[in-house]
Amino acid sequence: MISRHLVLGAVLGPVLGAALLAAPALADDNTVTVGMILPMTGPSASTGKQERAAAELYIQRHGDTVSGKKIALVVKDDTGAADVTKRLAEELIGNDHASVLMGFGLTPLALAAAPVATEAKVPQIVTAAATAMITEKSPYIVRTSFTLPQAAAPMADWAMKNGIKKVVTIVTDYGPGVDAEKWFGDTFEKAGGTIVEKIRVPLKNPDFAPFLQRVKDDAPDAVFVFVPSGFGAIFMKEFAERGLDKSGIKLIGTGDVTDDDLLADIGDSALGAVTAHHYSAAHNSPENKAFVEAFEKANNGMRPNFMAVAAYDGMALVYQALEKTKGDASGDALLAAMKGMSWMSPRGPISIDPETREIVQNIYVRKVEKKDGALYNVEFETIPNVKDPYKAAKH
Amino acid sequence: MRAAQPTATTRRLEAHLHRRARWRWPEIVFWVAALGAIVVLPSRAALINEILIAGLFALSLDLILGLTGIVSLGQAAFFGLGAYSAAILASKGFADPTLGLLFGAAIAAVLGLATAPLLLRGGDLTRLMVTLGVSLMLGELANRNGWLTGGADGLNFSMGKVLGLFPIGFTGQRNAALYSFAALFILFAVARRLAQSPFGLALAAIRENRLRAGALGIATSRRIVAIYTVSAAYAGAAGALLAETTQIVSLDLFDFHRSADVMLMLIIGGAGYLYGGIIGAAVFIVLRDVISAATPEYWEFWIGALLVVLVLIGRERIHDFAVRAASSLAPDAARGDAA
Amino acid sequence: MLTILFDGVAYGMLLFVLASGLSVTLGLMNFINLAHGAFAMVGGYVTALLMNRAGVPFLVTLPAAFLIPAILGVALERTLYRRLYGASPLDQVLFTIGLVLMAMPIADFFLGDEPQQVNLPAWLSGSATVYGVGISLYRLFIVAVCGAIAALLQIFLVRTRFGAQLRAAVDDTRVADGLGINVDRIFAVAFAVGSGLAGLGGALAADVVGGIDPSFPVKFLVTFLIVVTIGGANGILGALFGALLLGVLDVAGKYYVPSIGGFIIYGVMVVTLVLRPQGMFARGDGR
Repeated sequence: MISRHLVLGAVLGPVLGAALLAAPALADDNTVTVGMILPMTGPSASTGKQERAAAELYIQRHGDTVSGKKIALVVKDDTGAADVTKRLAEELIGNDHASVLMGFGLTPLALAAAPVATEAKVPQIVTAAATAMITEKSPYIVRTSFTLPQAAAPMADWAMKNGIKKVVTIVTDYGPGVDAEKWFGDTFEKAGGTIVEKIRVPLKNPDFAPFLQRVKDDAPDAVFVFVPSGFGAIFMKEFAERGLDKSGIKLIGTGDVTDDDLLADIGDSALGAVTAHHYSAAHNSPENKAFVEAFEKANNGMRPNFMAVAAYDGMALVYQALEKTKGDASGDALLAAMKGMSWMSPRGPISIDPETREIVQNIYVRKVEKKDGALYNVEFETIPNVKDPYKAAKH
Repeated sequence: MRAAQPTATTRRLEAHLHRRARWRWPEIVFWVAALGAIVVLPSRAALINEILIAGLFALSLDLILGLTGIVSLGQAAFFGLGAYSAAILASKGFADPTLGLLFGAAIAAVLGLATAPLLLRGGDLTRLMVTLGVSLMLGELANRNGWLTGGADGLNFSMGKVLGLFPIGFTGQRNAALYSFAALFILFAVARRLAQSPFGLALAAIRENRLRAGALGIATSRRIVAIYTVSAAYAGAAGALLAETTQIVSLDLFDFHRSADVMLMLIIGGAGYLYGGIIGAAVFIVLRDVISAATPEYWEFWIGALLVVLVLIGRERIHDFAVRAASSLAPDAARGDAA
Repeated sequence: MLTILFDGVAYGMLLFVLASGLSVTLGLMNFINLAHGAFAMVGGYVTALLMNRAGVPFLVTLPAAFLIPAILGVALERTLYRRLYGASPLDQVLFTIGLVLMAMPIADFFLGDEPQQVNLPAWLSGSATVYGVGISLYRLFIVAVCGAIAALLQIFLVRTRFGAQLRAAVDDTRVADGLGINVDRIFAVAFAVGSGLAGLGGALAADVVGGIDPSFPVKFLVTFLIVVTIGGANGILGALFGALLLGVLDVAGKYYVPSIGGFIIYGVMVVTLVLRPQGMFARGDGR
């Protein structure tokens, strides 16, 4: 019996071995490989789709050669599991000879790849995960998305200035949520406001109804909310269903809850929500108009969200760094070129802080309004050049 | 109560057991090939490492499902617990991999021993759901105790060198794979010995008919508890290996899909002869790697289609076909000791 | 307080409709159909797409959300599932997981992975206050519809000739066949009803869970299984009480003790199964 099956193994062995060998990409000196690790399947798949589409769009709009090097984009699906992210990072560098790693949908996924980036001396561009401390975990991490404190602290200032005194916070219980809760709460209380209650919701299969009932019973002036990209619809619906909108409780938050990706489908229950964030598809600039139009055209009308713009800027960073190094794709040269880089993104002017490798960008206060028959986050106030307050407080 | 004089029957039995215990050449080829793959394909060491760990994980399921006939959808409980135990130990400064491996296996074994009585009652569905429930509760426990486990952000830590000599990490990928290989081989040899011992024969009797086994005087409950504990330790060791070689643990280790994937691997490779889990893990992971490289969003479709076809054609028929194909290539091998 | 109780009942009712189809296939027909959630997803998509793209009113879409998954269920049953009725549970698991893995990318490919929303008509959105208890209108609707379904299903399975034939066919296929019962047809109809109920559940759940997306079949798989096992796999009433118990405990737990909210349903299941391995409401002999 044992032998019979082992013979089967002996037949399969060479086949599997060949499959393993066949995989390596053909890399030569004139190709610079950008390895993108994203959750393409599972609950965070929408992040992966947006980012991949944006990265491909960048290459399509700017050509696939820069400083004489051909750019090759390799996309891998980590299914949202940290051990897979780590393995893919090792393989992209070791097997596909990637010069840059990019992507990382969630905080643990970005952290999983950090030691690989450090050891291999390869820049790791984080284009999604938004917990503030991520960039401290490896000197090779550069971020083009945002940090939660960056969006949450300005929201607290705005709330204070606009007559909101009592707030309940609801956040998803993981790194970014805790960041948002802390930075909104601390800033708000320092300015003289009161946090009535801090509620944390589990990350998986969230059901906000019981928590929103608590909010209603607390009767605050506003509820501050952070949920990950993709969970905004369910929150908004239950907010309206509980009649919280009619009982005069304002909805404020970071822009994740009114994600552009979902906003069109959420319906009118989202109208009037005020959020602070770094990107809205309705941002009024020629760069953004061209970006949104090209993105929607290339992707069946899908609206780009803040994940897409981060990946787009991630590619922009790679291109500009390669231009600056004149095609030198070694990790340290690229990293040095990236530090301090500043350019005009579809979201407005941005730069990479040379000390913290963190993005510096405008934060916009926006309100959900109907524009040309569809819902958009319409910006009405700008706080320019916001550095991540978490790291600013340390330095 | 044993007869003082060995009768002809017992002597024959002993000879039979002895013969079964010998390592056959296809087995030796199997292990040499696995070792060879690590040496020949250093750039794929990370993938091979994942296969070895998944193989050990599937072996742990084979111990209870294949040998004893007890179904479980909760192996991820032990896998995750082993991983977290090793990770927390390392994050507290005890970064020796071997120590972490033993610690992870031991803690998982304790949980196995504690939860084994839950398996003694009820039917297959009850067992599937109880084991699944235990693993999901552990995941929630890890989520809720962020001060210890890092919660939903996962836990990063650094690992010492294996035996104080071989670093594991990005530059030590091959060391990591060799370390996993050594652990798998040793644990496999132990499992093999166990399966062929009188204890293993008793398990086979329980698998075939638990009532009859009980009537033969086998203490079935105690044997089930014992093998479940061993299986838990194996799953814990697999988890500890994964944690140590990737240096991060996250909550998805306790997920339903971990338990489901390992069951798929074992069924693909065939349960009950110990090699099935390892072969299934290799097939499953390599296929997933190749297909998802080609189509990162839709690879699940092709894996699903393969599973459906596999069931419809019949797993046995595919195995038989492969064996026949093999025997036409190497007539000696297939004859082996098929009897 | 009463609001929480009501929410719990509504959530439980929804769980019941989602899982009742599974208690037909798994409980009555002894087929481990892990692809159950895929039929629920189809139902949800039918309602969402009919409403958003064709402008069909919500109520009118519900029969379609039952029928289309039911027809799909029969088609799959006739071509694929029936081959596996006698197969080992492991084969059934392997096969139905395969189907789920195929269903998700298919939905993703054709409809995209952003959740499709079901936007309720005005008369169902918002909430009303009755004797100081805030009651969401949609949840009230769910309780009414699901209660009616439970009653119909119970009558269908216990009081009708078909129900008796089904139970006979499950208990002993050969004898039932010998008695002139068309076992093939009975199983096909039962499977269709199970799939249709899943679809209807998916359509009703779409609003509550934040829209239907391709990962729906796995997101709620574990919850379905828990409902069926707690209820005891063989009876509609068992599944109903199991679902209500879970719904109330889950919602109340999250409201009053959010710190352990996530444990509750798993804990209830494990404790139930330890005390009563055949499920809470199983018949005495567990068969």
